Amino acid sequence: MAQQAIITVKDLVKHYGDFKAVNGISFEVFEGEIFGLLGPNGAGKTTTLEIIETLRQKTSGSITVDGFDIERDTDSIKQRIGVQLQAAGYYPNLNLAELIDLFSGLYGVQVSPMEMLEKVALTDKAKAKYKDLSGGQKQRFSIATTLINNPRIIFLDEPTTGLDPQARRNLWELIRQIRDGGTTVVITTHYMDEAEELCDRVAFVDGGHIIGIDTPDHFIDELVASGFERKKQVKAANLEDVFIAKTGKEWREG
Amino acid sequence: MTSKNYSNFRATMAIAKASLRSTMRSPSAVVFTLAFPLIFIVVFANVGGAGVSVDVAVAKNSDTTNAVYQALKKNPMIRLVKGLSNEDITKNLAKGSLDASIELKPQQPMKPIGLTVQYSKASTKGEILKSTLNNIFYKIQSSVYEKINSFSGMKIPDVIDLKETTITGRKHLYIDFILPGQLGFSLLSTGVFGTAFVFLNLRQNLVIKRFFATPVKGYSIIGGEMLARIIFGLAGALIIILTGHYLFGFTLIHGFVTVLNMLVLSIIGLLIFMGFGFTVSGIAKNESSIPPLANIITLPQFLLSGTFFSTSAFPAWLRSLSDVLPLTHLNNAMRKVAFEGAGLGDVTHQLLILLLWGIAAYAVAIKIFKWE
Repeated sequence: MAQQAIITVKDLVKHYGDFKAVNGISFEVFEGEIFGLLGPNGAGKTTTLEIIETLRQKTSGSITVDGFDIERDTDSIKQRIGVQLQAAGYYPNLNLAELIDLFSGLYGVQVSPMEMLEKVALTDKAKAKYKDLSGGQKQRFSIATTLINNPRIIFLDEPTTGLDPQARRNLWELIRQIRDGGTTVVITTHYMDEAEELCDRVAFVDGGHIIGIDTPDHFIDELVASGFERKKQVKAANLEDVFIAKTGKEWREG
Repeated sequence: MTSKNYSNFRATMAIAKASLRSTMRSPSAVVFTLAFPLIFIVVFANVGGAGVSVDVAVAKNSDTTNAVYQALKKNPMIRLVKGLSNEDITKNLAKGSLDASIELKPQQPMKPIGLTVQYSKASTKGEILKSTLNNIFYKIQSSVYEKINSFSGMKIPDVIDLKETTITGRKHLYIDFILPGQLGFSLLSTGVFGTAFVFLNLRQNLVIKRFFATPVKGYSIIGGEMLARIIFGLAGALIIILTGHYLFGFTLIHGFVTVLNMLVLSIIGLLIFMGFGFTVSGIAKNESSIPPLANIITLPQFLLSGTFFSTSAFPAWLRSLSDVLPLTHLNNAMRKVAFEGAGLGDVTHQLLILLLWGIAAYAVAIKIFKWE
């Protein structure tokens, strides 16, 4: 796979006082892939993302995003990326169409709010307030706001946390569509089944270090080759498959 | 999308538009900016408009054809209350809810008019009735003397030669006092509460953090929010001024020009009060800590800055305190502009003190304000 790197992170370090949140991380994200940053809470995933998103200062190291240096070309980078933050809210008392309108002003682009909402199947909620949406709708709306400036890369920080299986699958589908449209996706998650299903490549982060980067398939094959065996016999389906089979694939709105 | 084409102006306007939409849908903003000031204006305009009134009970069986009764009835200051029993009259006089009572005996030709008047220790307004009655007696006596004069030809010399004139002038209504005060209060609430709540809310819900993932600049966010609050505050000011003028006769000496001057003063006031709001948003840890902090700033000014009553009634030590507060000077400037027809050049003393407050407010706000 001779692919071109769209994000290059070299020896990234971030200290908060004495605490080393990120301790010398290096990786590349290839153009057009879904790249997963995986790891337990406090591993440094969100900090790493926020430094690449230009929201936080790094302590040392170098990062280029789509050819731009993180220190010198902050504004150019901001115009080329879309960011979904963990637990971010939106301007109060505005409906979804008005929020899209606001963001198009912030990005300095002209978009039709209805077209943006159509991309995430929320046109019928155009007049609804963000706080009145279901969990899955909220995440889809957040993703819509990342697409407003037609970005080269979008960053999604735990987009499926707290969603039911239907909403989660629905969101995977949306993320794949975005990738297929030519946008690179960087995602963090706690769910390994999600990473296995969705990500083209994943990096494991722990204690501020990267402990491995590869495709999910390679990681699994490698582990199996080392003689690993699951304690429980693997069946052809798991409980989530049962859940989906019994409750249906179509997605329920809250 | 190149960085050259990015418009900070457009981003600022987008925030101003969003903030204005949001504010107009927020019940508390509308209540504090418009509803409260208008309610106070309606209440106090009516209290003030009626002037002093003396409640006088008329005892049952009183002769209402009596000349004294007719004269009292014509006096706008005297409110005659009929139909109360003697017991009720005594009870209400003791409480002070009646100022006096009067019993008028049937009038008979060539006999003195029989009157029984009761005053109340609980009310000081009995004195007004007393002097009104004396005035009536004097007039009745004079007409009796005149009659005697015309029959007897005997000349009784006038003791007093009274000439009364009233200088015509602008009528200073209570609304002329209360409206500028309420306008100041409205601007203070919008500036302090509005700004503090918005920035705390945007900071806590990571709305600002999400904004900073776009190319928007910090000054665009601040500028847009301030612009929205100025537009909202001015719209409120205009509604208050026009309601006062057309419904309650609030004096606008030079009409439109006076309104413009008042709006300029409103902007100056808002700018200063927003500085307080930024500071409060920086100190407050959460939403419930905003009201106490904001009240520390707004309540003393509400009470001591001549919002409801003139500070000239205060004892000297209290007046020196109110002379320090910015709202006092905004209120004074507003009154001078509206009622005396002063231009902005005539209120430079007030503007200078407001400028000092503005510098102080923003010096503190810049130190304390937090983005995250």
